[in-house]
Amino acid sequence: MAQVVSLEEAISKVQNGMTVMVGGFIGCGAPDQLLEEVCQKGTKDLKLIANDTGILGDAMSQLIVKRCVSKLIATHIGTNKETGRQMSASELDVKLVPQGTLVEQIRAAGAGLGGILTPTGIGTIVEDGKQKLVVNGTEYLLELPIRANVALLNAYKADKAGNLVYRRAARNFNPVMAMAADLVIVQVDNIVEVGEIDPDEVMTPGIFIDYLVQKKPLEVPDVG
Amino acid sequence: MLDKEVRMEWLVNRVAQEFKTGDVVNLGIGIPTKVANALPEGIKLILQSENGYMGVGPAPETGKEDPDTVNAGGQYATILPGGCCFDSATSFAIIRGGHVDATVLGALQVDEEGNLANWMIPGKMVPGMGGAMDLVVGARRVIVAMEHTAKNGGVKVLKKCTLPLTAAKQVNLIITDMGVMEVTPNGLVLTEMAPGVTFEGVQACTEAQLLTEA
Repeated sequence: MAQVVSLEEAISKVQNGMTVMVGGFIGCGAPDQLLEEVCQKGTKDLKLIANDTGILGDAMSQLIVKRCVSKLIATHIGTNKETGRQMSASELDVKLVPQGTLVEQIRAAGAGLGGILTPTGIGTIVEDGKQKLVVNGTEYLLELPIRANVALLNAYKADKAGNLVYRRAARNFNPVMAMAADLVIVQVDNIVEVGEIDPDEVMTPGIFIDYLVQKKPLEVPDVG
Repeated sequence: MLDKEVRMEWLVNRVAQEFKTGDVVNLGIGIPTKVANALPEGIKLILQSENGYMGVGPAPETGKEDPDTVNAGGQYATILPGGCCFDSATSFAIIRGGHVDATVLGALQVDEEGNLANWMIPGKMVPGMGGAMDLVVGARRVIVAMEHTAKNGGVKVLKKCTLPLTAAKQVNLIITDMGVMEVTPNGLVLTEMAPGVTFEGVQACTEAQLLTEA
């Protein structure tokens, strides 16, 4: 059952050495205030699973800059030069994964699947060390599920039962990660009472969510 | 030969002729993005952004930027009426599931078998593949749009790519500032040349043997 808690209480559950999934796509839909608190606490040795490591200067990038992360699984690190620098200097263990594969590996973990078969990466270095299967004459890579101890997510609206609504392109990895971690913490722009979100409008069922943290309301321009 | 700027404009306009109204298209960053502004009169595409929406519109006016609406390059964007948003799993189901009619991407190298390398240079540039590997495997047509040679004059259209591949044998068409090359079982067929360019001129900048017919 979801609980509304303070930022500090929520992030007190994030311990050194944990595997942490973080939603967002180059900062859009990333839980910036949760990440700032993780950095602030001086958290170390996280295994980070995320699409990218943000743009140098944003909250996501600070996880890398402040050396909270020892191992990273991501699809793209080009927007944060510090990630590339730490990788080249062998200070950070980085595994790059195709975006469509990463999201399906996470979904597989959340959905109780033993893995997924994808044609992506066949004939490239992505296939190194992986099992290949031929189904109906087509070659696929077996990609294994990816789970985390904690997921740090962002939503536009939540009711106190944890039901989530995202806005525009800020949805990205958030709904999939909500299913694949032992503890799911969501930073929310607007927390409303139970019953104030129509059941048809819910994008992520509240049963996946453990903690809701209220964020200062986001100023959104009127774009119709 | 015409100057570079004119040939680049020819390239963008030529890519824009590859589509019909209603095509679902994913445009990569850089030269491919410019194609959206060069579509022939009356052609309306449904542009996908792999970070999670359909109906990519023009960049927003200054002051109307919405932090929740960015494109796959992280720049502020807009969503046209009729567009829709989705999560990354749905986005890549659209891509990998064959629901994207065409993708247009840049390349570091491309070869006569339709192999593409555009995601890393070992020891130099390792930004990651992002969604490119899925797009190249999943889109029904893969169009490479790029300058024919590298900035240092290096050849990019090769017999065999030497850089790590993005995908094997998935490229259908290569459009450069020098011409249009179709990938066929026999090799690359040069079907069109940019104004003022000769067959010999293109071949001189190309490692792969160019054919005049399939």
